[in-house]
Amino acid sequence: MHVTSPVRPPLVTGGKTYADVTEDICRQVEGKPTKPWKIAFTAAVLVLLYGTYCLAWTWWEGLGVWGLNKTVGWAWDITNFVWWVGIGHAGTLISAILLLFRQKWRTSINRAAEAMTIFAVLCAASFILMHMGRPWMAHWALPLPNAFGSLWVNFNSPLVWDVFAISTYFSVSLVFWYIGLIPDLATIRDRAQNKVSKFIYGALSLGWTGGAKTWARYEYVSLILAGLSTPLVLSVHTIVSMDFATSVIPGWHTTIFPPYFVAGAIFSGFAMVQNLMLITRVVYRLEDYITIEHIESMNKIITLTGSIVGIAYITEFFIAWYSGVEYEQYAFLNRMAGPYWWAYWAMMTCNVISPQLFWSRKIRRSVKWTFVLSVVVNIGMWFERFVIIVTSLHRDYIPSSWAMFTPTMYDIGDYIFSFGLFGTLFLLFSKYLPVINMAEVKAVLRSSSEKLPAKVAGTAKRDNNLNQSV
Amino acid sequence: MAELSGKYLVGVFDDDDVLLHAVPQIRKEGVKIMEVYSPFPIHGLDVALGHPRTKIGIAAFLYGLTGCACALTLMIWTMGYDWPMIIGGKDPISIPNYIPITFELTVLFTAFGMVTTFLITNGLGPNRNNKFDLRSTDNKFVMAIDLNKNSMTQEDISDILKKNGAEEVNVKQF
Repeated sequence: MHVTSPVRPPLVTGGKTYADVTEDICRQVEGKPTKPWKIAFTAAVLVLLYGTYCLAWTWWEGLGVWGLNKTVGWAWDITNFVWWVGIGHAGTLISAILLLFRQKWRTSINRAAEAMTIFAVLCAASFILMHMGRPWMAHWALPLPNAFGSLWVNFNSPLVWDVFAISTYFSVSLVFWYIGLIPDLATIRDRAQNKVSKFIYGALSLGWTGGAKTWARYEYVSLILAGLSTPLVLSVHTIVSMDFATSVIPGWHTTIFPPYFVAGAIFSGFAMVQNLMLITRVVYRLEDYITIEHIESMNKIITLTGSIVGIAYITEFFIAWYSGVEYEQYAFLNRMAGPYWWAYWAMMTCNVISPQLFWSRKIRRSVKWTFVLSVVVNIGMWFERFVIIVTSLHRDYIPSSWAMFTPTMYDIGDYIFSFGLFGTLFLLFSKYLPVINMAEVKAVLRSSSEKLPAKVAGTAKRDNNLNQSV
Repeated sequence: MAELSGKYLVGVFDDDDVLLHAVPQIRKEGVKIMEVYSPFPIHGLDVALGHPRTKIGIAAFLYGLTGCACALTLMIWTMGYDWPMIIGGKDPISIPNYIPITFELTVLFTAFGMVTTFLITNGLGPNRNNKFDLRSTDNKFVMAIDLNKNSMTQEDISDILKKNGAEEVNVKQF
């Protein structure tokens, strides 16, 4: 049914058949946990335990254990929150926006990227709870009569918008991910040999049979969910940026923030997807599914969004000068040449210069370069949030209250907590659920595999000939 | 899937393209196909089978409308009537500030409403099983034909299926 352009390389290499796809992806779900997995999982759980200790102490003792002071009232907590939410943008972008744009290469990476999204948003949410200091009051952020009296939350506040945006994003992403999982869970259910996995995957797959009627509805639901998730992804980081942009702090009070934050979020999210997928494809031997073409495509998006971010940085400077507002101008000069100059230049190097290396075809098709540069991008994006938050706050209007921020072991420990949480969840996911969407990969196999099971004269055969001529 | 009873003929196909070409042929010969089960969506199959177009989109629109109305009602009532307050010099009811939450709740209601509808209309629920052929979630394309609803004999249908490319034809009794 598909007409494949002969210049387009196959999405799945190695001449896979439908049965091969099932076999390759189910292998790690059905097998016993491997030694490397056990080691990695133990490490992640240990990190999580240490982080939980730090988090428990933060809640027990109060936010005084952090390095915050009168001037710098937001530091690592919000930096980490924005960083994780940003990372959480790639999954839904890949599955929703790339679905609308009919980018078929997304089929190999969307499952893991969506899982990453969900776990990253959980990590982000944990910082929201942490920075409240009194998490048992978290329900105050919900539209309940405040303290169960007659006051309500302030719906004019971007912080309240954020509560709605993050929780909607999390739950819609979770549903989108789960609906996509059902057909694959059914595949595992139908292959299950022992009672326990038959029961668990049987329960999770909700009696999926793959009837034509069901598939038609499934595709329709996916399309609408994608259509909804697309503006949702953009709205989430827009609203996060409004937490800053609607304030009157020099350095935060800029109208460029929404698009700039969204581009930055996609930028860091794709970098994180690269890191995770590069490891996953080697460990689970999925090189035929996540090919160099996939890596290259993602690198192109990293270069594009990285360039948007770079232009945003420069625009901010121009506007600060052009506005003629002394305080705004000082905030930006202070970023570049003040005591936090190193954070600013780390951000500039990592986010603006490093992704430009991907203009070289050799570099963007190299696994090693991609891995290293993706780590660099995520370091840079962490610094971006640090620069925006701490550098804008630490020198306010009264020079006598100027201060520096020094993280304590609890600032660091709470950040480590999020890595432990993320690692543990991702490892559990990659062992017990299929990391690649089998049904969707099978659906693009005919038009994109090297060896096609062509039997009927007509479209399939022509596709086959086209592919063989590559 | 509704509870199945009776005798079914199950044609197993090896290739989605063969199947897609076979469906109109088999229907032309007068065989009523109950459903085709496949490991992945085959575009055009539901049309070939004569399934009506899904109306889930209309449902989605109504859920979205509900979400939008709920969000606006909540905000206008709390901010404007239950405890009116002037914040930042704005009107107690300032619609532009309500746009983000209205949007979020519209999306939330649509997504959850639509997914719930999807699960209910497809009869999906915990611990139900694949009935006809377990390979239909792996690499085979399975055509189920309800013998009670067809006037032709089992042998005739079986021949038609085989002629149109079915690799195996099995009988399933529930």
